[in-house]
Amino acid sequence: MPNLSTALKMDPWRLQSGEELNRLRAQIIAGRDPQRPEIIICHGTGCLANGSDKVAKAFRAALEGKGIQAKVMPGIKTTGCHGFCSRGPLVIIRPQGLFYQRVKPKDVEEIVDHTLVHGKAVERLLYKDPSSGDLIFNEGEIPFYKLQQRIVLHNIGKIDPTDITDTIAAGGYQALAKALTTMTPEQVVAEMEKSGLRGRGGAGFPTGRKWRSALQAIKKKGRPVYVVVNGDEGDPGAFMDRTIMEGDPHAVLEGLIIGAYALGAAQGYLYVRAEYPLAIRHLEIAMHQAREYGLLGENILNSGFSFDARINRGAGAFVCGESTALFTSIEGKPGNPRPKYVRSVEEGLWGRPTVLNNVETWANVPLIIERGADWYAGLGVPHSTGTKVFSLVGKVNNVGLVEVPMGVSMAHIVEQIGGGVPDGKPFKAVQTGGPSGGCIPYSLKDTPVDFDSLTAAGSMMGSGAMIVMDHTDCVVDVGRYFLRFLEEESCGKCLPCRLGLTRLREILDNFSQGVGSEKDIEDLTSLSQAIQDGALCALGSSAPNPVLTTIRYFREEYLAHVQEHKCPAGVCKDLITYGIDPERCTGCMNCARQCPAQCITGKKKTAHVIDTHKCLRCGICKETCKFDAVFIS
Amino acid sequence: MEPQGVQIDEIMERYPDKPEYLIFLLQDIQASYGYISAQAMQLACDRIGVPLTQGYSVATFYQSFRLDPSGEHEIRVCLGTACHLKGGQRLVEDLERRLNVEAGGTTEDLRFTLNTVNCVGACALAPVVVVDNEYQPNATSKKLEKYLKTIDALAGVEAKEGAHA
Ligand SMILES: Cc1cc2nc3c(=O)[nH]c(=O)nc-3n(C[C@H](O)[C@H](O)[C@H](O)COP(=O)(O)O)c2cc1C
Ligand code: SF4
Ligand code: FES
Ligand code: FES
Repeated sequence: MPNLSTALKMDPWRLQSGEELNRLRAQIIAGRDPQRPEIIICHGTGCLANGSDKVAKAFRAALEGKGIQAKVMPGIKTTGCHGFCSRGPLVIIRPQGLFYQRVKPKDVEEIVDHTLVHGKAVERLLYKDPSSGDLIFNEGEIPFYKLQQRIVLHNIGKIDPTDITDTIAAGGYQALAKALTTMTPEQVVAEMEKSGLRGRGGAGFPTGRKWRSALQAIKKKGRPVYVVVNGDEGDPGAFMDRTIMEGDPHAVLEGLIIGAYALGAAQGYLYVRAEYPLAIRHLEIAMHQAREYGLLGENILNSGFSFDARINRGAGAFVCGESTALFTSIEGKPGNPRPKYVRSVEEGLWGRPTVLNNVETWANVPLIIERGADWYAGLGVPHSTGTKVFSLVGKVNNVGLVEVPMGVSMAHIVEQIGGGVPDGKPFKAVQTGGPSGGCIPYSLKDTPVDFDSLTAAGSMMGSGAMIVMDHTDCVVDVGRYFLRFLEEESCGKCLPCRLGLTRLREILDNFSQGVGSEKDIEDLTSLSQAIQDGALCALGSSAPNPVLTTIRYFREEYLAHVQEHKCPAGVCKDLITYGIDPERCTGCMNCARQCPAQCITGKKKTAHVIDTHKCLRCGICKETCKFDAVFIS
Repeated sequence: MEPQGVQIDEIMERYPDKPEYLIFLLQDIQASYGYISAQAMQLACDRIGVPLTQGYSVATFYQSFRLDPSGEHEIRVCLGTACHLKGGQRLVEDLERRLNVEAGGTTEDLRFTLNTVNCVGACALAPVVVVDNEYQPNATSKKLEKYLKTIDALAGVEAKEGAHA
């Protein structure tokens, strides 16, 4: 990088205007050879967990050590998450765009030799279309990607998030330059209003309207005003925000700076979950580089506007995603929510007007400013404009991150993009909105996925987690899971949440043991109502949603637990027994060796038997058996 | 690993002396020492001028803080929704049996601390277990057993080397 700045004869990197930004961009692009082979190695959390750093090391060693015979020395680039983590580690070879999946260090030599030297594909590493069996060479042709519309994620997987020049070459900070040099703050707010963008953090509040109210609050109370990024991503099972912060940190930062300009804020905060160390590191690097380039800090792009921001790491409390709790946490205190008689845009952080938006919301801002509100409003459906990123997880073939226009159907996401449930049967339900949301059953698979349709179905958009369940997932168990989660995360400040959730969970515990009656279902419903009405913050008031929707759509399954003492999905431990199918059992003895209760007996090559009285129902035998001989009844 | 004056002072120097930096300080102390000792807590609170009670109310409110020493290795089993559906709870129970310790606790020999965590953002690889910041994707009890054995073996080597030195 130092070479670049001397070449451009700049005061160490500080850009003085939009034109200088453009000149730098042109220069970076001109310095690149579009035909130069490039090895893109995914370095998102998922692929790193699968060892992609070792793959990168192997590539470096192979290229440096051997001095390969290619005409042009290939470049190596590490990027954020491509969204298809279940196939990782992913490697893409440019310029052809060859897509290799599940690459191991031992495959590297073959890739170098076949692809980089001889220009041929390594077929065994290609993606195979599950329906036709055809090999697919190009990333963009894989149905998982082809059916998406990647706008917020457009740079992720293409740029190196730790190198600002790569972001600038891809058009980063163009929107900021446009706002600072050609738009008044009022015009920025008006553009946001016109775009129809609604907050991506859960409640779907219109972003432009929030900014407008902040301007009104400033009129009354004056400045300072603060802008804050909610990167707490507390919904367990969601990793959209993680991916954006890791893979395109400058997009979040650029959005935040534009927001600060619109509101006249001098200081911003990024509140990021501590469980995301890589996201924190990439944001820190991004902020540092943006300061060096004059895009953050004093006198940004020599426009006279100054703004800086800092990162607060979360400390492990789900409730801190709630706006007022998040503010008290930034102030260094326990994150207890406060009643919202006064809205937080008026009285937020340090008691000052504050705009808090979600990571994905902020990342949409530069797109809207650069391409215009009309373009944006044309995406999606009228009351839910734009796209939404979802984390598609659970019992689905193509687990990963998907971005689609608002309003496509649930079936499109789960069956077309997700490739359906592994055993080919229809899915049972999809949980959206995390612990505050609800289950959408298969019968409603054509529900359009937008804010209002999901709410009408009894669930909510939430932050965008989509957890696919199949017939082996029990709704009572899932209800208990979310209640236990929220019970633990409740801050305890108000009674309906503190005691109400515990009572709800106790009733469901009884169900899972086959104890209860139809009347308990009524009790669940009326207690839920009381919690919804009485809880102080949305953690409590939305907590009954998973239970209420599952009762609404799966009442018989609840009843089966208490009337027939059966868990139809075979999950609730007290209602199931494990057995071994003598037809399938080969007598390999693997399960008997693994069983912690030592309750499996049988000789070599003869069918084994489980002593159901001693059985702990831990499920290890089922996990161990290679012949699928262990069954649940 | 009792905090030594010099090192803890270095942490104290990192931030301005303002109450809003309490969480930052406690996080850094915990990162260096694995827990927040009474002594370190007192130093931090004095430094930024908040009552000790506030220090403890913060440290007990947030799940990531520990007030007693943690084990040499930290095992975190993800119990986020995706991991729950793929058997995360079974892994916790299995580890509890294997290590003879309850989730949240530390083994008597201070070798392992077993914790649970709500989603580490690698949901596509569920169930996920993180051992000393190393992710174990698609974890099974068998794979974990193997991995813990390698750690044990390493520890054996370290102990021997320690004895020689
Ligand atoms: C218990 C609770 C947890 C929340 N967690 C998050 C979170 O992790 N991330 C987030 O962006 N919003 C979260 N929210 C929503 C925020 O309170 C707030 O509405 C949002 O950050 C506003 O940004 P948006 O308008 O851009 O969505 C949570 C709300 C509640 C009640
Ligand atoms: S609803 Fe629950 S989390 Fe929210 S303030 Fe009340 S006790 Fe705390
Ligand atoms: S981390 Fe590589 S695809 Fe998600
Ligand atoms: S649910 Fe376990 S990593 Fe997200």
